Amino acid sequence: MMGLFAGLGRRTIDSFGRLGRGTMFLLRALAGMPGLLLRPGLVMQQLYAIGVLSLLIIMVSGTFVGMVLALQGYNTLVTFGAEQSLGVLVALSLLRELGPVVTALLFGGRAGSALTAEIGLMKTTEQLSSMEMMAVDPMRRIIAPRLLAGFLAMPLLAAIFSFLGIMGAHVVSTAALGVDDGAFWSQMQAAVDFREDVMNGVIKSLVFGFVASWIAVYEGYDAVPTSEGVSRATTRTVVHTSLAVLGLDFVLTAVMFG
Amino acid sequence: MNGTSGDILVDVRGLCFSRGERVIFDGVDLQIRRGQVSAIMGPSGTGKTTLLRLIGGQLRPDAGTVHVEGRDVHAMSHRELYALRRRMGMLFQSGALFTHQSVFENVAFPLREHADLPEPVLRDLVLMKLEAVGLRGARDMMPGELSGGMARRVALARAVVLDPMMILYDEPFAGQDPISMGTLVSLIRLMNDTLSLSSVIVSHDVVETSQIADEVFVLSEGRVVESGSPAELAQSESAWVQQFFNALPDGPVPFHYPAPSLGDDLLGPRP
Ligand SMILES: Nc1ncnc2c1ncn2[C@@H]1O[C@H](COP(=O)(O)OP(=O)(O)OP(=O)(O)O)[C@@H](O)[C@H]1O
Ligand SMILES: [Mg+2]
Repeated sequence: MMGLFAGLGRRTIDSFGRLGRGTMFLLRALAGMPGLLLRPGLVMQQLYAIGVLSLLIIMVSGTFVGMVLALQGYNTLVTFGAEQSLGVLVALSLLRELGPVVTALLFGGRAGSALTAEIGLMKTTEQLSSMEMMAVDPMRRIIAPRLLAGFLAMPLLAAIFSFLGIMGAHVVSTAALGVDDGAFWSQMQAAVDFREDVMNGVIKSLVFGFVASWIAVYEGYDAVPTSEGVSRATTRTVVHTSLAVLGLDFVLTAVMFG
Repeated sequence: MNGTSGDILVDVRGLCFSRGERVIFDGVDLQIRRGQVSAIMGPSGTGKTTLLRLIGGQLRPDAGTVHVEGRDVHAMSHRELYALRRRMGMLFQSGALFTHQSVFENVAFPLREHADLPEPVLRDLVLMKLEAVGLRGARDMMPGELSGGMARRVALARAVVLDPMMILYDEPFAGQDPISMGTLVSLIRLMNDTLSLSSVIVSHDVVETSQIADEVFVLSEGRVVESGSPAELAQSESAWVQQFFNALPDGPVPFHYPAPSLGDDLLGPRP
């Protein structure tokens, strides 16, 4: 019994220690960001690796999620004779919840894990050390551009996800379910509030992008420099990103719409 | 600065360092003179790489100091340390090339980061350094396509591309065939003399290192056990040095990492 408590206490202390180190790490990385203004190329490269290469999975998933939403929503709405409001249901679900959340989960699995593995391997093979000895601060040269690219890419990816989701839902609703094209759009336009719905979704995706990128680069930088260490860090990135995103989503939703 | 301390570039005093329980340095003193080729020798696992990392400010000593050009490396601010490292080259034991960049880009990296050169000038500089290590023709290869010895020579070219005032070589000769070994030996000496650098070589290769070193420090069990010119060391009475220079299996330098006796391990009680 005592052992259980001792173990629990140790884990708690460990978690707080990690959180503290992670915060210090974040501050150092943020301090490296102003220097990136002089070297936009570094951020561009990472935007490509993190954003552009994630486009396919985001676009495909967005479309399918929208199409499924339309099918499921129709079944429920039609029992109330409200199937012409399908556009509203789809748009609100995507903009408020599914767009930011699912994009962040996919982002963690696609881009986050890749970032962790890349940085972890650079550490394992002493590339980061050798950079330090060449008087190039890896915090500025490697970490800061990746972090910034993550911050920037995630809201854009979430927007693309929601957009394609709505388009997918539109195709299914009008072509297969017989919803009126005009009603789909006009009801959506009337019911979706820019500040309340769109902006809150954007804020969510900004927060998730920040947290997901932070976790990914920190786990890579903090990885134990061995093969198992990098493999464990990669797993942790995906697990921690998912938990953090879902937990934060609850908090943000409660604050914004509660 | 006065005459004697003026030509001491690296001054290590009372250096102590441990990794967990294991004491790696227990009071190391050594002075590296400006303009010389100094060699640090010692059996595998004595902490030669660790010593270079302490000099480069990547590790912190538990006690003792490292002064480079009269300034304490571990008391410097981040900015000062980076300014110092800009004038220091280090060849890593593993090479540590950037795997996502070609050989050319690897060597060009420090120049691109620190010197704002027009592209043609940069290209010429990089090709000259690659020529010096015999790999000008490999400029477009990726590090993954190089052999171990080639990768190390690329890393050497990268370490010297900024023309530093001091170069730390961790095992520059490991994995080289006799021809490239000979070339590298003379290259290191030549660069040291023509560019008036200071070089620190960590190596096990007694013969090659003796050819070019002005001063040799022999490390064992956390201390400098002997130092002097290669000729002095060859004459040394010290059993440590005799064993190391003549590659004798028996003597005070243990071949084995500290362990209980083999008999106890094999015949003792099983866990
Ligand atoms: N990251 C580490 N964690 C714990 N111990 C380490 C670590 N790195 C090195 N050591 C220990 O420090 C000691 C010195 O290592 P170091 O790499 O400096 O040896 P070396 O003299 O360079 O050996 P070699 O000639 O084989 O390269 C070794 O006993 C090693 O076990
Ligand atoms: Mg070593």
